[in-house]
Amino acid sequence: MPYEPVIGMEVHVELNTASKMFCGCSAEAFGTPPNTHVCPVCLGMPGTLPVINEQAVRYTVMTGLALNCTVQEHNVFARKNYFYPDLPKGYQISQYELPLCQDGYLTIDVGDGHPTEAGQARRVRIRRVHLEEDTGKLTHVDGYSLIDFNRAGVPLMEIVSEADIRSAEEAYAYVTRLRQIVRYLGVSSGDMEKGAMRCEVNLSLRPVGSDEFGTKVEVKNLNSFRSVRNAIAYEIERQTRLLEAGKPVTQVTMGWDEAAGVTREQRSKEEAHDYRYFPEPDLPPLNLEPAWIEAVKGSLPELPDAKRDRFMANYGLSRYDADVLVEDRAVADYFERAVRVAGDTINPKLVANWVTGELFRRMNETATAITSVKIKPEDLVALIRMVKGGTINQPAAKETFGVMWETGRPPQEIVEERGLKQISDAGELAGVVAQVIADNPDPVAQFKAGKETIIRFLIGQVMKATRGKANPQLAEQLLREQLQSNE
Amino acid sequence: MPKLTLEEVEHIATLARLGLSGDEKETFREQLSAILDYAEVLNRLDTTGVPPTTSALPLNNVMRPDQVTPSLPTEDALANAPDTDADQFRVRAILE
Repeated sequence: MPYEPVIGMEVHVELNTASKMFCGCSAEAFGTPPNTHVCPVCLGMPGTLPVINEQAVRYTVMTGLALNCTVQEHNVFARKNYFYPDLPKGYQISQYELPLCQDGYLTIDVGDGHPTEAGQARRVRIRRVHLEEDTGKLTHVDGYSLIDFNRAGVPLMEIVSEADIRSAEEAYAYVTRLRQIVRYLGVSSGDMEKGAMRCEVNLSLRPVGSDEFGTKVEVKNLNSFRSVRNAIAYEIERQTRLLEAGKPVTQVTMGWDEAAGVTREQRSKEEAHDYRYFPEPDLPPLNLEPAWIEAVKGSLPELPDAKRDRFMANYGLSRYDADVLVEDRAVADYFERAVRVAGDTINPKLVANWVTGELFRRMNETATAITSVKIKPEDLVALIRMVKGGTINQPAAKETFGVMWETGRPPQEIVEERGLKQISDAGELAGVVAQVIADNPDPVAQFKAGKETIIRFLIGQVMKATRGKANPQLAEQLLREQLQSNE
Repeated sequence: MPKLTLEEVEHIATLARLGLSGDEKETFREQLSAILDYAEVLNRLDTTGVPPTTSALPLNNVMRPDQVTPSLPTEDALANAPDTDADQFRVRAILE
């Protein structure tokens, strides 16, 4: 019997506010010396009171709106009670019955990863987006656990999807898309390797065509996009084998072991799921004014889908080029600055070719982010203009680009200094052409006997004699003229 | 309102990480049941038309701007810790 996976995801996103969720300690936790960003509030000392960070609320509402959610006007924070040493208060301040945002969706494209046109678009419904605080970091050594509370109290946004995901590929597309959106909004680095984005998967199998849900298995410890895909693929296979052998799937929590490529059952914390939520008495209710929500809505930046559609419509780009350019907002901005500088003088497609071609090649080779690229958009445009206007030819343009990449200097200077200007002056080139004809009697004879293709060899000789600087079109034209006239 | 069962008291004690003697369990069974009985009295009030509230204070929307303020020096933060190591709190091993 064929089975179909039913997958829901919980994604935790660390918000990149300057300070923590309920106190003024720096929210910078990754790579900081232990217990340097802590205070009586985030250490859970008696008598302290939390105060909500407004920016964290704004960031969560921005994310909810970008995910097409309804923003709740009346909000209540809740205590989630459990004893664990990463939680100094004995409870986590979270949200329970009244999350900030509910009932949205995220559209994902499921193609083969290299679509030339629109892949198959799917909607994954978002159940809720709520705000809570992160926990401290535990390190286990020699029968002890060490606790660093720098991360305790960092604003943490939880995004919960409905069980609408049907494959490992879709799950991968979903988390990649979420990261793209939080980065566009500027609310988080979305960096999974640094723990700024963490995923948990709920997965069950059911016979294809059934509406029932099978036994749900939770998979944790997914620290990269690759592990999201691999762990789900593995778990689908494991459960399929069990079901096909007529064995039951048990409801457990699994941890993904990336090195071994397997999921392993985690020992469960006894009675851990009795959290006894109740409204947080230390925080008064949060009532968001409709006008405030509207203002946040109005401040949202253009999101990837809208930007892609606009690039296609305004600049005549292909779906593929537009997708590649909007992947990263900073790249899209770079491209658009270049297009704006170019005005009507250069076709935006040509600019796109240089950005996705030469520029991306160098960026990939050297693992350079667009923000560290030394070439200014206006200099890239100047270079394209020099090629288009015939000042330099393609090989010279690539050489110039290389120097620009290394130094960030403007192309005009580099072309001048290296003498890369194309010889487009007929008078200057005529002598070289005459010399090439005189030096190559055999090919010239073959051309005259009707071997048309030999002209390419002669053009090559002109290029060689000018160390690559001759305008090839002009060289061909002059060759033909001189060959005809001395017949 | 019937009294809490002994199992319920034991469950609550476990969640609160409290080890109770047999006598204490009985004492808390009485006391916790009495609290529930009192809540039962409140339940008799007619609250039709009264919107639910989660706070008795005349406050809402208390927020602060996203600004960093100084943290504690690490030695102060760790001053009350039962045990420390490498500027961190040290506790008995925790299972994942």
